[in-house]
Amino acid sequence: METVFGIAVDGVAYGMILFIISVGLSVTLGLMRVVNLAHGAFAMAAGYVASYAAQTMGLPYGLALVAAVLLTVVATLPLEKLLYRRIYGSANELRQVLLTIGLTFVIVAGINYLFGPTLKRIPLPEMLTGTLDLGPKSIPTHRAFVIGMGAATILALWWLLERTSFGIRLRAAVDDPAMAAALGIRTERLYMATFALGTGLAAMGGVLGAELLPLEPYYAIRYIVLFLAVVAVGGAGSIFGSAAAALTLGVVDTAGKYLIPNFGEFFFYAALILILFRWPHGFFQGRAA
Amino acid sequence: MSGTLRGALMGAVFTIALGTGTAWAGTIKVGVIAPFSGPFATVGKTFKEGIEVYQAQHGKTVGGDTVEFIFKDLDQANPAQSKALAQELVVKEKVGYLAGFFFTPDALAVAPLIDEANIPCVIFNAATSAITEKSPRYVRTSFTLWQNTVPLAQYVAKQGVTKVATAVSDYGPGIDGETAFKKTFEAEGGRVVDSIRMPLKSTDFAPFMQRIKDSGAQAIYAFLPAGPTTLAFAKAFSDTGLKAQGVKFYGPGDITQEPDLPALGDAAAGIISTFNYSQVHDSDLNRAFVAKHKELFGSSDTVTFTSVGAYDGAHVIYKMIEATGGKSDGLKAVEAVKGMTWESPRGPLKIDPDSRHVTQTIYLRVTEPKDGKLQNTEIAAFPNQPDYGFKVGK
Repeated sequence: METVFGIAVDGVAYGMILFIISVGLSVTLGLMRVVNLAHGAFAMAAGYVASYAAQTMGLPYGLALVAAVLLTVVATLPLEKLLYRRIYGSANELRQVLLTIGLTFVIVAGINYLFGPTLKRIPLPEMLTGTLDLGPKSIPTHRAFVIGMGAATILALWWLLERTSFGIRLRAAVDDPAMAAALGIRTERLYMATFALGTGLAAMGGVLGAELLPLEPYYAIRYIVLFLAVVAVGGAGSIFGSAAAALTLGVVDTAGKYLIPNFGEFFFYAALILILFRWPHGFFQGRAA
Repeated sequence: MSGTLRGALMGAVFTIALGTGTAWAGTIKVGVIAPFSGPFATVGKTFKEGIEVYQAQHGKTVGGDTVEFIFKDLDQANPAQSKALAQELVVKEKVGYLAGFFFTPDALAVAPLIDEANIPCVIFNAATSAITEKSPRYVRTSFTLWQNTVPLAQYVAKQGVTKVATAVSDYGPGIDGETAFKKTFEAEGGRVVDSIRMPLKSTDFAPFMQRIKDSGAQAIYAFLPAGPTTLAFAKAFSDTGLKAQGVKFYGPGDITQEPDLPALGDAAAGIISTFNYSQVHDSDLNRAFVAKHKELFGSSDTVTFTSVGAYDGAHVIYKMIEATGGKSDGLKAVEAVKGMTWESPRGPLKIDPDSRHVTQTIYLRVTEPKDGKLQNTEIAAFPNQPDYGFKVGK
């Protein structure tokens, strides 16, 4: 029983971290129809900014997080205007892949040049270090914090996309850009805002997840498969889908590692295959928030 | 391209070719294959710096011949590419020596080549015991997992620890470490209560920590390749409360290599490891080595085991050149350094005549903060440790 509880707690904690890093990709892929392979690179860049802010400039963790998210969004907006705008829409898939993978290589090389290939860390505040006691099981406080942030992100995104006029206009623009534009919706601005939302979420994930996915220049390439897996299983553009996918994969992976560690990643990918076999478009296909 | 421009270019090419051609006279070339880009670029950098420090201290000539190191980038374990690069070095650059090699498969791949060309190959790192069995022209100046693990397991047993869980990355060196630990520790009367092989690509280590907890082990023996996974592992160890419960963390020193210490932070404090070199090793030679490094490159923070591996490797190559009088004869060169002893920044070294691997002192270290940063403080020494894994036969 204790084992089951342990697996559940660790699995949910891992799943939430996967969710928080992947949800930004789900937004750009599902709502903007852009296969943004540079998602990991944006997350990594934000992590480096936070690391620099916290370690070299001595900013507190919270401020470093906010600064990293804002800086990443501001730095990537020109990219939207110059590059991404040209490749929106599902007709451009090959160009999207080529452009974003190229961008990833550039960012990887840039980070490697600026910060060197060694690991960087984002020092945690006193409050988030140590462990939290949950009866028979204790989990790191930082993970509990990430779980909380993940839950808050789910709610905030649901509210933004389902309950605000921004969300309504966005969904309209995604479903039929020409008609939305004809109705006076400024789709270009809308896309820009959504792109900013996507990179902002990537940035937040990069900073919050840095304890589990440590920062180094190859972060962008090393973990992108993980992010894509979560989005594929969840269904692109679905917030709840991403959450469900991340939690499922997190629990399956944790259970596999605990019970039969020699099988390695087997259970993660087996689950991926089975789920996609049953639901080829992911748990929640495209539509719902 | 216009005719004149082409002519001018051809002229330039010939001039350069002739220019370098004349420089070849009296030059002995050493080809170094290592990662200089990509995730393991630090390794190549430390190799290169180790060699440059050696040349700055001992000059660039041996018996009138200039020794020139040529560096080739091999960014990841890729045996086919390793062989191709070695072939290029031998055929086109006419190198008399091969050196470097971070990954075992890359080092193994050149065995037929060095035998055919009769060229000695000095390995600066690749730590699987079996490599030197594959060609009589291999000499290794690093360490093996067996060499580090056997004295560690004996030490752990002496501490009164009876139940240990091993957790290693599921690949060659990890399994070497697991086998070496288990064999030695059980011979000393201890018991390995759980042997966990973790996938190389693991990111979340919480489930393994839970397993270790459930196994009731008093200590763990862990080996992971240096880098991001080590960081996540050490963090998980302290975050899941194992550290607070008093479970001891033992392992070979790769896991607390100096370039990673700032990132590991407090999670690394208290790890007890065995290794052949610590940046803070207490000897005049080491202080001179680190100081020279700082003078040349501005910082000595990244000086680590790969730095001395290359430094001592360069020393072996110099001695080989001396013994052969600058002529290329691989077997004679290797023969000349068999049994050779010398004093290195890491302590006394000897090339074992059978295994052609360095017999050296292995140090027991504890990772602890000092003067605001972490260091590996040596607390005991086990002199004359051979490669216990040589011809164990797997």
